[in-house]
Amino acid sequence: MMFEDATSFRDTQHLSFVGRLLRRMHIDAVLMGALLVICGFGLVVLYSAGGQDTDMVMRQGIRIGIAILALLFVAQLPPRILRLWSPWVYLGSIALLGAVLVTGDIGQGAQRWLNLGFVRFQPSELMKLAMPMMAAWYLHDRPLPPDARQVFVLMLIIAAPTLLIALQPDLGTALLIAASGLFVILLAGLRFKVIAIISGIIALGTPVLWYFMHDYQRQRVLTFLNPERDPLGAGYHIIQSKIAIGSGGIFGKGWLNGTQSQLEFLPEPDTDFVFAVMGEEFGLLGLLGLLAVYLFVIGRGMFIASHGQDTYSRLLAGSISLTFFVYVFVNAGMVTGLLPVVGVPLPLISYGGTAIVTLMAGFGILMAVHTHRKLLSR
Amino acid sequence: MKFMRRERIKDHWREQRIFFFRTLAATVIGAILILALVSRLVVLQVLNYEHYSDLSRGNRIRIEPVPPIRGLIFDRNGVVLAENVPAYQLEMVREQVVDIDDTLLRLVDLDVVRTSDLPRIRERLARTRRFESVPLRFRLSDEEVARFAVQRQHFPGVDIRARLARHYPMGPAAVHAIGYVGAISDADVQRLDQSAYAGTSHVGKVGIERAYEHLLHGEVGYRQVLVNAQGRALQVIENNPPVPGKDLHLSLDSRAQAIAYEALENQRGAVVAIDPRDGGVIAFVSTPGFDPDLFGAGLSRADYALLSEDPDKPLFNRALRGNYPPGSTIKPLLALAGLHHRAVTPSHQTFCPGYFQLPGRDHKYRDWKREGHGSMNLFDAVAESCDVYYYEMALELGIDRMHDYLATFGLGATTGIDILGEKPGLLPSREWKRQAFARPADQAWFPGETVIAGIGQGFMLSTPLQLAHFAATLAARGTRMQPRLLDATRDPATGIRESMAGVELAVAGTGEPGYWNLVLAAMEEVVHGQRGTARAIAPRGYRIAGKTGTAQIFAIAQEEEYDAEAVDTRLRDHALFIAFAPVGEPRIAVAVIVENGGSGSATAAPVARSVLDALFEDQQQ
Repeated sequence: MMFEDATSFRDTQHLSFVGRLLRRMHIDAVLMGALLVICGFGLVVLYSAGGQDTDMVMRQGIRIGIAILALLFVAQLPPRILRLWSPWVYLGSIALLGAVLVTGDIGQGAQRWLNLGFVRFQPSELMKLAMPMMAAWYLHDRPLPPDARQVFVLMLIIAAPTLLIALQPDLGTALLIAASGLFVILLAGLRFKVIAIISGIIALGTPVLWYFMHDYQRQRVLTFLNPERDPLGAGYHIIQSKIAIGSGGIFGKGWLNGTQSQLEFLPEPDTDFVFAVMGEEFGLLGLLGLLAVYLFVIGRGMFIASHGQDTYSRLLAGSISLTFFVYVFVNAGMVTGLLPVVGVPLPLISYGGTAIVTLMAGFGILMAVHTHRKLLSR
Repeated sequence: MKFMRRERIKDHWREQRIFFFRTLAATVIGAILILALVSRLVVLQVLNYEHYSDLSRGNRIRIEPVPPIRGLIFDRNGVVLAENVPAYQLEMVREQVVDIDDTLLRLVDLDVVRTSDLPRIRERLARTRRFESVPLRFRLSDEEVARFAVQRQHFPGVDIRARLARHYPMGPAAVHAIGYVGAISDADVQRLDQSAYAGTSHVGKVGIERAYEHLLHGEVGYRQVLVNAQGRALQVIENNPPVPGKDLHLSLDSRAQAIAYEALENQRGAVVAIDPRDGGVIAFVSTPGFDPDLFGAGLSRADYALLSEDPDKPLFNRALRGNYPPGSTIKPLLALAGLHHRAVTPSHQTFCPGYFQLPGRDHKYRDWKREGHGSMNLFDAVAESCDVYYYEMALELGIDRMHDYLATFGLGATTGIDILGEKPGLLPSREWKRQAFARPADQAWFPGETVIAGIGQGFMLSTPLQLAHFAATLAARGTRMQPRLLDATRDPATGIRESMAGVELAVAGTGEPGYWNLVLAAMEEVVHGQRGTARAIAPRGYRIAGKTGTAQIFAIAQEEEYDAEAVDTRLRDHALFIAFAPVGEPRIAVAVIVENGGSGSATAAPVARSVLDALFEDQQQ
């Protein structure tokens, strides 16, 4: 009411023809360029990591294509529309997660897939976007920072899908989705005092929990914290991955020349451990370059978020950017032995899955936030 | 409501500011994390470059699992029941083989690998890492070892290695108690922790070997070795020795076990003997048995089919899972029930004409003694196993009171013995029949069904283990000890022995001590009395209390004589016997069942006697 939709081209006169075209397509050229650089580099690395399998690179290329179409589609939706849809997308995702638990296909020991006849699809992917959308929707017309009661409601909103996904069981994804919801709360201005109290409770609760655990449960936790205790299982991955990265040195062994990955010493070189393949073949410089592009994407995301015109846009865009950072950091941290082994792929680069479509759709939201500007009617 | 909540007003400027500072905080934290990551990369790729470069170039590190030594199994006197013996096995390392299919086929030609094993070998190869050693064949004979050794240079990546194989000195006699180990199958992979079983080729499949797998297995060790490009180990960098599995000491007595097995050889049946004082299982036999070593050596599919399709079902654990009508062996329990519920008194007399009829019905429920027992009191009715007395008493008690009383002795429920797969048998009641049948017409309980339940026939089913369990409970006058095979564990490294405490279950068969005295005395009369049904087995050196049983599996028509010769062997009655000894302070309770053995007194009781003799032979004279 106060605003007037003004997706106008008045301020685009100074841009070139291409620039105007992109603006009309609601594409943020800078962000798009960085994403394409990452995807392109990813395909080059996959060719090497996957044993020079052209078909595999083609399949991944097709996935990237589909993901970009998803990005273009989402970018056309004004944030206002997204906001109105948010609760329905969230509730729909919850329903699908419930359906997965009841009827889902079993893939690799866990129920994550819903078979739609023509395509198998993971509702937890949808929830990756629905979660921050819902949290941002809940807060968008409430005064910030949220009070205790609102935080409690948000915790319930976060807990429901987290539990459903943890039951599949897919603890890694559950925690990442919970994180995307928590980021919304943090960005909305949850008081640092409350954050400190919650952290304190968790810190104090851990030893109590430890005391009540069975011996075998403690063993599992210890292995989780220090995989090298278990050199035949989880620790094997880390030992080989560290050798791969370390032996890459500053300049790397060169494309297609990584012995660790080419000779199959490195497990899962094309999915979770693709970062190690890059480290081995392109060295420290290659990794720093890649991290720089990733950070640029995240920085651009945060810039878009802080320039968002309403609470909903800001919170949603901020959460998406921060979650992307977590993906990158958790994968890189795991592969370098900084963090415990959790099955989180390297975003936009790891082979397979529908995750890339979700990620690109998320960036589509960022572009929508940035390009559907409204002018205040002064 | 909505209005009340909105005390604070949305302040856009403030929100923008909050958001900005939060973004700033996130950026700072992110920067710190990225800094940590970059320093990690610098440590790996710059500072330790030489180290990792060495590991990856020329020399490569390999982690080899060292399997633990499986715990041994002993009987109560320290006799070995399961041990590890050196054996040769043929193994392949995928990485070092140029053409796996070709190699396998040439090994078949050499007759050291069986064609029928190929699918299983491929399965095993597919799920192991390329540098791990995969067994192709267990327990090669000396001749096969020699045959391969001559051709070895033509088979790079395939080698003979000395490993420990499981051997069971008692063979088929104890297989249904101890179980056996077999090669890890795809199904096992699902339930086992793969990394804990790296390097282990066998796992407990049934019996004690399965139930105490977690104690027997031990913990896998590993060593990090430097290997050259050909995969040869150059140097051990780190060595973590495995932790051997625990030794198990069972309550089994190998002598009693062997004697029970011999007594039942060439017959189908089961013997279970339990120490009534602590529930320790002294003998646990099911016949026919089979050679447990076969499974460790890798049974071919044809050999397995031979075992699984044998009409005598040697793989079937009758002692644990066989459901048989308990027949007259439950009469002592029903006598206690009758006294407890005052359906009878000790002096109550019944005249047995050889048959029983429900009022107003023609159908004759026969006594096993056609001419009848004449006048009977409770004591006589146990000693001589008069059916008519129990027909009458059962009717007086009613099925539900019978059910509740027998249930306290563990009938109709698993005993909780420490091996897997136990069957609960079946203890009928009105409620059970309502649940069990779909058609309303079948759901009603008929008086005739109560009558035959009085002699342990009809719907009632129990396992030999349950029979031994209630025999032990009778011996202990209602104190129920959970049956168990494991007596103690011993850590071979430290020598520390841990004994298992007996588990006492809910007390069975409430009633006055006088009732117990009467019924147990009648059971003694069964063996030592003038007219006792098992008087033929009475030993001189010690006293046995027992009860015979004959379970009908083939209904004969009215007025027709049961002629053992005329009836097909498989339809002949099962012979049953339960007993405990010595009377006064019982140390063993035993149950015997001989499938299609005819009468309990003739075939089952002598088996029990020989088992008891094994334990009390010093008292024999």
